[in-house]
Amino acid sequence: MATQSLIPAGDYRSTYAADTTIFPTAGSRYAVWAGLALLCLAPLVLDRYWLSLLIQIGYFAVAALGLNILVGFTGQISIGHAAFFGFGAFASAWLSNNFGIPVFFAIPLAGVITTAVGLIFGLPAARLKGLYLAIATLAAQYILQDFFARANWFTGGVAGTHAEAFSIFGFHFDTDHRYFYVVLAYLVLTFVLATNLMRSRDGRALVAVRDHYLSAEMMGINLTRYRTLSFGLSAFFAGIGGALYAHYLQFVSVEGFGILLSIQFLGMIIIGGLGTIMGTLMGTAFMVLVPEAMGWITDAVRGSALDRALSLKDNLSFLREMAIGLVIVLFLMFEPDGLAHRWRQIKAYWKLYPFSH
Amino acid sequence: MAETLAVRQISLRFGGVKALTDVSFAVEKGELFSIIGPNGAGKTSMINCISGRYRPSEGQILLDGRDITKATPNQRPKLGIGRTFQNLALFHHMSVLDNILVGRHHLMRNNFVTGSLYWLPGVRSEELSHRRRVEEIIDFLDLQAYRKAPAGTLSYGLRKRVELARAMALEPKLILLDEPMAGMNLEEKEDMARYIVDLNEEFGMTVVMIEHDMGVVMDISHRVMVLDFGRRIALGRPEAVLADPHVRKAYLGEEDEEPAAPVRTVS
Repeated sequence: MATQSLIPAGDYRSTYAADTTIFPTAGSRYAVWAGLALLCLAPLVLDRYWLSLLIQIGYFAVAALGLNILVGFTGQISIGHAAFFGFGAFASAWLSNNFGIPVFFAIPLAGVITTAVGLIFGLPAARLKGLYLAIATLAAQYILQDFFARANWFTGGVAGTHAEAFSIFGFHFDTDHRYFYVVLAYLVLTFVLATNLMRSRDGRALVAVRDHYLSAEMMGINLTRYRTLSFGLSAFFAGIGGALYAHYLQFVSVEGFGILLSIQFLGMIIIGGLGTIMGTLMGTAFMVLVPEAMGWITDAVRGSALDRALSLKDNLSFLREMAIGLVIVLFLMFEPDGLAHRWRQIKAYWKLYPFSH
Repeated sequence: MAETLAVRQISLRFGGVKALTDVSFAVEKGELFSIIGPNGAGKTSMINCISGRYRPSEGQILLDGRDITKATPNQRPKLGIGRTFQNLALFHHMSVLDNILVGRHHLMRNNFVTGSLYWLPGVRSEELSHRRRVEEIIDFLDLQAYRKAPAGTLSYGLRKRVELARAMALEPKLILLDEPMAGMNLEEKEDMARYIVDLNEEFGMTVVMIEHDMGVVMDISHRVMVLDFGRRIALGRPEAVLADPHVRKAYLGEEDEEPAAPVRTVS
């Protein structure tokens, strides 16, 4: 066959249920459990710096997953994702500050409210495609940002608002070591939800709308409904991600949710791989870790012989920014299908090792 | 016999261009009905009117006696109409299996909420029961080896077959096939003709087919309609249609000294 199956020879499935599992091979199932166990132990060995990076990857990945459903799976475009991320952050803080709703419930509720907002801004998607839709979502970005700055009752205006720490039964998840588990739980939950969605009826309908909307319509799929729905779904995940962000920093302000973050979300899913669930996580990790890695390199170069020879001094920090851009450009040139694709190729290579076919 | 499809005086205009003029015909339940005609005769326009892609400028389309002229395309699978496309219209990045499962969309109940919670009672069992039905179609069309292959990687003949499978998955009363054999070699054509006859006879689907291969059309159709420049110029049993002088002139391009009845307006 044209595609390489990673299922080992002799692994026969005798029921349809066994053929629709999320992780097809026993090896991948063990790897996932082992990986989760390792992550659960992470706070015991890692310091605050590493945990804060992992937490960042966590809440950004939840939000990026929503964007991947919209862009990767449904084939639409949004450059206003950061606004929904922000809306989720403010909504969760608002709910817990003003209505006494425990943070535990405020986070999913913020997701639901953001879904409603996403559905409203998704309405133009029924009519617009491609670049025109991009401009419509750009409008959403600026409208919501302006709303954040002006709606004092909701966001605290330009001063921002305080967000309570996450707690269950009086146990506060207010340090990085504790909050890590909250983010990990939400990450696993949302990724499982999205995976299930993509293997059931409406997930298939979304991909069908992307691949050939005319024949999708002939298969009984209501295009308007699914195009708008996918905006709602993407806003839901953005809202959850934003809420996690708010209760991590325990403070939310308008500045964080600009168009730059929207573009970064797009970068995450493009680098990870459009239309892949796990790629979202890989791309987010890449986008969070590359600036850090560049920071380590510049720290190493600072004060070294190279620095003195070229008298770089303050220019180092600019070089760092440029290097981040360069890495992303090179990455897109040599890996246009994303990290998820490369990962599949690596697995296929090892499956046949040491023979090439 | 009951009429499954009745087309009453359909006209279709695009600005000044008349794609169809006053076309009427009826297809009986269980019939295998072919539409033929030269390029640009309005065959695909006719199929597009029946499947809802185009809304006819005049006239009525009835399915089992019910007026469906104004139904939107995405309502038609529910009414019992399925179709394939002349130019391949598969979901290229989905597996063959998922392509066919999309055909079950209107028969399934789970939605984005219950689907995300896959393990809720009823969701997985629904998915699996539809999978079972899809596997029957896969067996019928001999697609077993390609189940997990992305549709975009298949050969042309296979893609046509997957498209037929997807249309069958809709469980339509009436299936519209737009050139199911175009671009196929002899063997593939023979296979496809066999599948079409079987789905007509065994599955009891009423078939309306557009096809250019006259051999196949004459062999398997119960009745044939000939369109030329958007008008119906003949309708009847295959051999009768083939003997019709208007058809011979329009379709086979015979030079007659004596002009035939004015069925064709030369512009």
